[in-house]
Amino acid sequence: MSDSTPSSPHSGETPLLQTIGLTKRYGSFLANDAIDIDIRPKEIHALLGENGAGKSTLVKTIYGLIQPSEGEMLWEGQKMVLSGPSEARARGIGMVFQHFSLFDNLTVAENVALGLDGKESFKDMSARLEQVSHVYGLPLDPRREVWQLSVGERQRIEIVRALMQNPKFLILDEPTAVLTPQEADQLFIVLERLKEEGRAILYISHKLEEVKRLCDTATILRGGKKVATCNPKAETAASLARMMVGTEIKEVKAAAARKITVPRLVVNELSLEPDDPHGVRLQNISLELRGGEILGIAGVAGNGQDEFFAALSGERRAKDPGTIVIEGIAAGHLSITQRRKLGAAFVPEERLGHGTAPRMKLSENALLTGHAASGMVKHGFVDTAATLSTVDRATETFDVRKAKRDPEAASLSGGNLQKFVVGREILRNPAVLVVSQPTWGVDAGAAAVIRQALLDLAAGGAAVLVTSQDLDELAEITDRIAVMFHGHLSEALPTAEASREKLGLLMGGSSLDQKEATHAART
Amino acid sequence: MELVEAIILSVLAASTPLLIAATGELVTERSGVLNLGVEGMMIMGAACGFGAAWLSGSIIVGAICGMIAGTLMSLIFALMTLGLAVNQVATGLALTILGIGLSGLIGAGFVGERIAPAPHLYIPGLTGIPLVGRIVFGEDAFVYLSLALVVAVWWFLYRTRAGLILRACGDNHVSAHALGYPVLRIRLYAVMFGGACAGLAGAYLPLAYTPFFIPGMTAGRGWIALALTVFASWLPGRLVIGAYLFGAVTILQLHAQALGLGVPSQFMSSLPYLATVIVLVLLSRTRSGGSTAPAALGTVFVPDR
Amino acid sequence: MQLVLEKRAERSNTIALISPLIAIGMTIVTMSILFAILGKNPIAALGVYFIDPLTDSYSLQEIAVKATPLVMIAVGLSLCYLANAWNIGAEGQFLIGAVAGSWIAVKTQGTDAGAWVLPAMLLMGAIAGALYAMIPAICKVKFGASEILTSLMLVYVADLFLDYLVRGPWRDPHGFNFPTTAEFDPVATVPVLIEGGRLHLGAIIALLVVAAATVLLGRTIKGFEIRVVGAAPRAARFGGFNANQLILLTFAISGALAGLAGIIEVAGPVGHLQPGISPGYGFTAIIVAFLGRLNPIGILIAGLFLALTFIGGEQAQIAMKIPLDVTKVFQGILLFYVLACDSLILYRFRLISSTRQVA
Repeated sequence: MSDSTPSSPHSGETPLLQTIGLTKRYGSFLANDAIDIDIRPKEIHALLGENGAGKSTLVKTIYGLIQPSEGEMLWEGQKMVLSGPSEARARGIGMVFQHFSLFDNLTVAENVALGLDGKESFKDMSARLEQVSHVYGLPLDPRREVWQLSVGERQRIEIVRALMQNPKFLILDEPTAVLTPQEADQLFIVLERLKEEGRAILYISHKLEEVKRLCDTATILRGGKKVATCNPKAETAASLARMMVGTEIKEVKAAAARKITVPRLVVNELSLEPDDPHGVRLQNISLELRGGEILGIAGVAGNGQDEFFAALSGERRAKDPGTIVIEGIAAGHLSITQRRKLGAAFVPEERLGHGTAPRMKLSENALLTGHAASGMVKHGFVDTAATLSTVDRATETFDVRKAKRDPEAASLSGGNLQKFVVGREILRNPAVLVVSQPTWGVDAGAAAVIRQALLDLAAGGAAVLVTSQDLDELAEITDRIAVMFHGHLSEALPTAEASREKLGLLMGGSSLDQKEATHAART
Repeated sequence: MELVEAIILSVLAASTPLLIAATGELVTERSGVLNLGVEGMMIMGAACGFGAAWLSGSIIVGAICGMIAGTLMSLIFALMTLGLAVNQVATGLALTILGIGLSGLIGAGFVGERIAPAPHLYIPGLTGIPLVGRIVFGEDAFVYLSLALVVAVWWFLYRTRAGLILRACGDNHVSAHALGYPVLRIRLYAVMFGGACAGLAGAYLPLAYTPFFIPGMTAGRGWIALALTVFASWLPGRLVIGAYLFGAVTILQLHAQALGLGVPSQFMSSLPYLATVIVLVLLSRTRSGGSTAPAALGTVFVPDR
Repeated sequence: MQLVLEKRAERSNTIALISPLIAIGMTIVTMSILFAILGKNPIAALGVYFIDPLTDSYSLQEIAVKATPLVMIAVGLSLCYLANAWNIGAEGQFLIGAVAGSWIAVKTQGTDAGAWVLPAMLLMGAIAGALYAMIPAICKVKFGASEILTSLMLVYVADLFLDYLVRGPWRDPHGFNFPTTAEFDPVATVPVLIEGGRLHLGAIIALLVVAAATVLLGRTIKGFEIRVVGAAPRAARFGGFNANQLILLTFAISGALAGLAGIIEVAGPVGHLQPGISPGYGFTAIIVAFLGRLNPIGILIAGLFLALTFIGGEQAQIAMKIPLDVTKVFQGILLFYVLACDSLILYRFRLISSTRQVA
């Protein structure tokens, strides 16, 4: 592993922040292992690593939320021990979290006030908030309540809140995870401006193209250790990925030219009002999915994917039975159990709490979706042997690692639980599989297993619908891709023709046809 | 006219314990905690408050002891639900059962005793004004205190930073914790405040409403106070309206009996409870946007370190 | 140094087994202190409460008689609580069941009605209890109203309704103006199991209820649905389980069991309808349900244990002049300790060295 010196033009300047041997231990688990990192002013420094590499732990330590087990931090050359985030903020360290700390039923001004230290009056703070937000091109109205705002607008609150404390050092954790490519561009302009003002920025991401574009330096973490520091502009995405992931990942094999058969899932002009005020209205969604095909749905989170999943699964029913057709049978009015009987299977985005009951055993969770049509229930009585056998088969076929034969769902790691959740559905030999964010929060090994399983299922003749925020994943396994935006589903493009730019435009609401772009903007 | 004045006075008196207890519970619930033990805390406030007043000869001592009793009871609740992450519903019920039993034990020694009830305000010239005089200028301290309490709580919640933080805890305890606020500690204070109010409200009954103590004299008022917070959509202003409405229903059934309406007395006595059910049904339908329950109400919070 | 609570990776089965014992132990210690404060000898008091009632046949039968309604109601409540539907109005459903069943007894009083009377009374009691419980259930399902508050308010209403009936239309004309109906005819009375004793058919029914509930929860898909809907509502929906239906179902079963317990109590040990036929069974059953960990066998044991304390409490009042309220205090404290110890099944304590200040 090379440890090339950062080639930013400021070598020799004292780093703004320096960590030396920073370590965090949870029991016997090392979340961070002797990490040395230097952050300099006027630099955008990337922190790269996959899920579970220790990025969050490191920045939480820098921000004072976590106490290190060993090692120390130097701020402007002086030793720094933080008792909490307010002390970090007092020193000039600001942080924008990936998961927003916002309060839906309070106003923008109240939310910002809660993130500040309350030294100025509410009125003054409110006025300054409006001013700062406009200066940086992130306009906010202090009086609106947060539940009314879009995800991009909510992020603005987080950023403006941090900027209002005039930080010397700003940490951003996966800031573009919830933005369209166009909103991300807007964010990059803001960050460049902050860099010009002399601040330092730590940019956590796993999106390699972005990092190459934006960042001057990159530190790469793997398994809790720092494995490299480099100049991302001098590297390729592939070399960065190798440093991040280390061992070669099994190449996902697409079956040679899968045979496409009859339509197995058809959606006809599906429109649905959301059942909660923060939800998205689905509008005239249509698609046709044939056996042997994998159709991907891209889109930034919060554009109707959850509502669409609920409509497909039957957790929400449509008035007109013909809007959803499964295996040739009108199913829009059917319950999820009835749809399972028709041969459909579903994997929701949230595996704990939605896909499984966290505190129940795997066999009980197998029964959760299996009771419909898998011979687990006879005359109202549960056949425990059948449920256990499903667990055993899923464990073996999908390599689920667990501490005992039938543990609670919550005790499995993310990747293993996801393998179980996907596995229990695939073992039912479904005709149609609808899966949402199949590898979110899952380690690379498990992700490969899951993607291969989806490909194999399609090769066997099933119709597979994959919703994902990961464009790389969709590019890898799908035949066609459509984009969800504000409850509309675009035409599906063949994956080979779906460039990043085209997808980005669709995800941002523009149309590929110039004439339609203005029309879309007006609706 | 005399009758109208008398009715309004009795409505105010009947509403006051509801208002005090509900205000305390409103603060508790705004912080995200559902404390069903209000009835138990109130009856303990009644028993201890009366006992202390009888022993010391002072209403003020009685009121303070009532508040302390309610606070101590709420501490047990806080220890269980905040310290041990126990289910709030079960704990609240246990608190009520314990409170009823304990108050019976404590109050047993005082049943049958009488004290001089809390004195009423008297301002020469003002209190004598026909119709409004006694209503505005002739109440006992508890009534004035209850209104001052509601105003103070409104000001606290909406005009102070501490109140904002408390509301934040009730809206999203995960965010509040991420921002570094001590959610459990804030909830503890809110629960204690609720307990003090419940204890004070309970003490009002034997100290001002009737000058003696009967076991179980709260007769479900604690539960009605809980319903009131729902009725008020967790807004202090609406709480006042709700409390006086319920007080009016309680008084109505007494007067209807006197009017000899020919309706069985038990039916009239059941009016406040039936009214509560109807109010809950009418007001619980989900609203869009604001004025809904604090989003984190009743959920368990165990912060990770 | 700070003591913090954190979630366990998986439930601790050892704690699950021993926690009721720890809770009972701690309660006994607390009660001893209470007895001492009251000026009574703690050892003697504990003896009268827990040991004496087990020593003679009459007391043992009384324990079973008292446990019968507790267990029946608590089993019904456990189904509701497992589904996260909080039926607090079992006391009211008990009373309404008693009233409804008594209606048949009162109407057929003195007539030469046949053996159909008792089964009809029991059926009426169960149906009336179920319907009364459906009121808060429907209020919750259709209107989103808190079932805790509505079911509780209806307790007061039921109590007042019963009071009205026995003081008014149903009052025994030869009863010297006491608020009570006439004694029920033999055909309207629950038969006794042991000649000359107090143990009656209700005990058998209670045991059958426990058995049925064990099978329902442990072996059937419906029982699974009930458990999932309470434990993970969104997962339950994903599984195709209808939460609203289950709330209505569990409330109906719970109301039926409470109502059945009510009419059995009236037509059995008491023999006529009067105010105060329930010394708070509906509320004590809540404690029994939690003490029994919402598990039918556990509830059977807990019900017997609490019945023991009721009998013990009565005897302690006579023998040592200990007030009856002490029994309530004991039950409340026991529930607290059980809940506290049970929390350790899912969580544990850890000492951490770092402190975190307010931001």
